[in-house]
Amino acid sequence: MTRVGAMIVALAVSMAVLSPILAPYDPASQVLSLRLAGPMLDHPFGLDELGRDILSRILAGARISLLVGLAVVSVSATAGSLLGATAGYVGGRLDTLISRIIDILMAFPGILLAIALVAVLGPSLFNVVLALSAIGWVGYARLVRGQVLRAREFEFVQAARALGAGTWRVLLTHLLPATLPALVVQSTLGMAGAILAEASLSFLGLGVQPPTPSWGTMLNGGRAHLLDAPHLTVFPGLAIALLVLGFNFLGDGLRDRVDPRRGMGGRV
Amino acid sequence: MGAYLLRRLALTVPVLIGVATLVFSLIHLVPGDPAQAMLGEGAAPADVTALRTRLGLDRPLYVQYGTFVAGLARGDLGTSFRTNTPVARMIAERMPATAELAVAAMVVALGLAIPLGIVAAVRKGSWIDHGAMTLALVGISVPNFWLGPLLAILFAVEWNLLPVSGRGTPLHLVLPAVTLGAALAAILARMTRASLLEELRELYVVAARARGASRWRAVLRHAFRNSLIPVVTIAGLQFGSLLTGAIITETIFAWPGVGRLLIQSISFRDYPAVQGCILLIAVTYVFVNLATDLVYGLLDPRIRYD
Repeated sequence: MTRVGAMIVALAVSMAVLSPILAPYDPASQVLSLRLAGPMLDHPFGLDELGRDILSRILAGARISLLVGLAVVSVSATAGSLLGATAGYVGGRLDTLISRIIDILMAFPGILLAIALVAVLGPSLFNVVLALSAIGWVGYARLVRGQVLRAREFEFVQAARALGAGTWRVLLTHLLPATLPALVVQSTLGMAGAILAEASLSFLGLGVQPPTPSWGTMLNGGRAHLLDAPHLTVFPGLAIALLVLGFNFLGDGLRDRVDPRRGMGGRV
Repeated sequence: MGAYLLRRLALTVPVLIGVATLVFSLIHLVPGDPAQAMLGEGAAPADVTALRTRLGLDRPLYVQYGTFVAGLARGDLGTSFRTNTPVARMIAERMPATAELAVAAMVVALGLAIPLGIVAAVRKGSWIDHGAMTLALVGISVPNFWLGPLLAILFAVEWNLLPVSGRGTPLHLVLPAVTLGAALAAILARMTRASLLEELRELYVVAARARGASRWRAVLRHAFRNSLIPVVTIAGLQFGSLLTGAIITETIFAWPGVGRLLIQSISFRDYPAVQGCILLIAVTYVFVNLATDLVYGLLDPRIRYD
């Protein structure tokens, strides 16, 4: 599973990087006479409602999905780790404050908050990243806080403190590296979540705006043509599902390696 | 249990205040003047001023917040900018449709997940187990905004078996419920398998087998009942997320629920209605989670709340 996941992710990254070379057509160029035409030799995935090649747009859309995923995970993981580690290590009122904020945001359904934020800020790529990061940091903060609470009692941390290391030095050079394995697993699964959330927002018309080729936006465009051109729906959706599946396989596999107790169980 | 109930209720209060504050803040996050944004760039200044007064945006922030919270306490969510009707009434009219969809999706999810999880656990390591769990991971990865249209293409367009949109007969409910429940079914199938495997390691299962109980009797009569506790908990916690999933499902199938109202209100920049829908979904989510926590305590007498 882990290998399959890694292969899917590697393939998607290669497609995204090489999309200008691999794409058979410019994702924005139109052949109006072939509007909604189904798959054919020249256009293996067919053409959309504006006569654009769907394969080329899927390749270009891989860039958007991966960029959004990467941006959201980077911002969320950095902010969440720093806040979670500080709360766990410093403790006291700061911990109470950060923990209460985490509790409130955890009680609020994430995608609903993202929809709310994008609804008021306006639909754009930047606002999607902003909204998803605003809800994404919470999971990382809770994870890292828990890990730091456990790790701060370890001898190597106490030794560092005894040797005179300051709060930030202990946090950045001793505690945060100890949380890395769990953080990598969370980030891999977070990529799947962010890609799915971006596609959801774009599908609702609240994310990346046309003519930028986003998979969610392409699916939104396909809604009006379910009867006469189902290929507009099938191929972009397949791309989203495969990439998300890849990250889920990879994340699941990595989690089993980080925590080998998972997956054990008895037989009757 | 009584002390736990009080403590759990007390913990819900700051969460509800936080949710209300977040929802109140939304209109103030609109870039520029919210009244101008609602009316559009070409609106007459007098109309913009009138709308600002109507929405109370010309008053100090603390007064606006006080009015908002006092309104909530009375069940007043403001008036829709688009339809000029009370938002609470608009939501109340749509809520039964959303509740019906969420409950149907939960029934679909449990109906698929529990048999799949049991078979996977009993046949652990076999091709059935691998197949079932791969299917479950696929189910988690397939977005509902793709699954919905795919099901519509197959069952409504190609085979003409089910209606593609709207609400009315039980048949109208099938495609939206399956679309919304599929991902939850996948999560619960994995949970059922993991939980049942834990129970199968317990000595009472070995003892039941030693007393002559058949393999399936040991699983179904003994281990399965105990393994249900975490499954029911996750199902309860996920019920809240069905409400958010319903936003997309209702949009796909033109299901006249709160989620569709939210998306329509966003497209019309009807901020009072947007705030009302978000508040209602979030508060329902908080209370469903609270109820799940409490039911969890009742289900498992081993759990002590100190």
